[in-house]
Amino acid sequence: MTVLAIVLLVLGGWVVFTFNGLVKLRNQVTNAFRQIDVQLKRRHDLIPNLVESVKGEMKFEKETLERVIQARAAAVSAGQGGNTGDILAKEGMLTQALGRLIAISENYPNLKANESVKKLMEELTHTENQISFARQFYNDVVTKFNTDQQVFPTNMFAAMLGFAPAALWELPADSPERENPKVNLTV
Amino acid sequence: MNIFEQQAHNRRMTAGILALFVALFLFLGLGFDYFYGSFNPVAAPTFEYNDTGYYEARRAGAGSKIPFGTIISLLIGMGMAVNSLLNGPRMVLRSTMARRAVSASEKERQLLNIVAEMATASGLPAPTAYVVPDSDLNAFATGTNPSNSVIAVTEGLLEHLNREELQAVVAHEMSHIRNYDMRLMTVLAGLIGAVALLSDFAGRTFRYGGRRSGSFGGSSSSSGGSGRKGGGGAVVLVFFAIWVVLIILAPLLSRMLAMAISRQREFLADASAAELTRNPLGLVSALEKIRRAVMPTSAINNGVAHMCITDPRGSLIEEKLGFTADVLATHPPMEKRILALKVMAYQAGNPQSA
Repeated sequence: MTVLAIVLLVLGGWVVFTFNGLVKLRNQVTNAFRQIDVQLKRRHDLIPNLVESVKGEMKFEKETLERVIQARAAAVSAGQGGNTGDILAKEGMLTQALGRLIAISENYPNLKANESVKKLMEELTHTENQISFARQFYNDVVTKFNTDQQVFPTNMFAAMLGFAPAALWELPADSPERENPKVNLTV
Repeated sequence: MNIFEQQAHNRRMTAGILALFVALFLFLGLGFDYFYGSFNPVAAPTFEYNDTGYYEARRAGAGSKIPFGTIISLLIGMGMAVNSLLNGPRMVLRSTMARRAVSASEKERQLLNIVAEMATASGLPAPTAYVVPDSDLNAFATGTNPSNSVIAVTEGLLEHLNREELQAVVAHEMSHIRNYDMRLMTVLAGLIGAVALLSDFAGRTFRYGGRRSGSFGGSSSSSGGSGRKGGGGAVVLVFFAIWVVLIILAPLLSRMLAMAISRQREFLADASAAELTRNPLGLVSALEKIRRAVMPTSAINNGVAHMCITDPRGSLIEEKLGFTADVLATHPPMEKRILALKVMAYQAGNPQSA
């Protein structure tokens, strides 16, 4: 009788412990996902300023600038739409367009010397890094969350307790972000 | 070994050395209480008739079950360590004359951004960024927990490192915060203090008459005392000899163990930094720049050496690969750190430099 009680107590304690751990991780996953959103929003806010301040110097790069503006508009509307696959694709295109802009701006010594452009470039690099680190953290947390659900013996209970594996943030196979940005240096 | 294996290995090493340290402390402390106090948990109790006519187990004079010396020295040592933990961060910042990084300056703005990036990468609240007015290349972290932590870098570091390298250094410091190294080193400082106290107690007891008759007065007249000696006088003598040797070497030994842990934590912070930035080669090139600037960081006190990216003394001890470096340095030799990072970069499959 006592043995049975102890066994039940230990088992119950283990279930509670596991459940609470998974709940904590699930909230972390949600929070980490929101963090990516925050950074994407920051990037959207930053781009108009950037385009405004480089457009005088980079008038020969009209096409590049326009692509950035279009990609931003598409990303913003995808963000409002809320379809994750769509967001991934559009943000990927924006990342690529921005990468191209940064690479090309290296060709303009006047831009590099300009204080406010330098500041904006640093901000842009910062935001791009923030986005990739936020994604990295999100993927780390999701991996931990999924692993904790899949290990034995939790795997027998996780679904019963209402947990489902979360999706990693990854690029679609045909994402433009997978291509290296091509920079034409013959101006 | 890849990044995660190195981290696991470092954690195991830390736990092992910490266990060794605790064992050393317990041996010294309990030995002290056994030889000089009246602590003897295994003494055979005496059986006597009590008033009601039953046999009753008594431990009359056989020794108390409480090792007072061990407990007192541990309490004092830990008390001092906790005090330094609570006041440490403020004192460290004041002693280095560090000031808050301001976003008006271009380089410091970059530092603030990088600190925010590393906070995102580690999922912790962003530490406050400070700048130390010193032209040497160094950085340190301090703070009792991630939410009130501080990362400080020298002006020289801001000056000489590019964005990527600065990111790697900040990631290293962020890892010290994330791994709670400040707390670990405080526990170690407490243990070192306690061992030093014990060794001091014992030294005084040697000098002022050895085994005081007071502590043996009860036990020598009772059968409990003879029971203890009956446990094997020769064995006790051998233990006493080992204990005396250890207590003489104790201050040195405890320091060596603490340094061994400190070096493991540096390796761990390097590996965790590589995990945060996914760019071990950034830290490699930062370490190579820091290594070339061998002058000491005069603004940073030696007391925070274990939280720095490199030993602020700038002594060449970290350049050596020999015995001294393996025993007494706070940081592993640069050569070994760089090698470990290069192995990680190789393991990561694509040794990218971007």
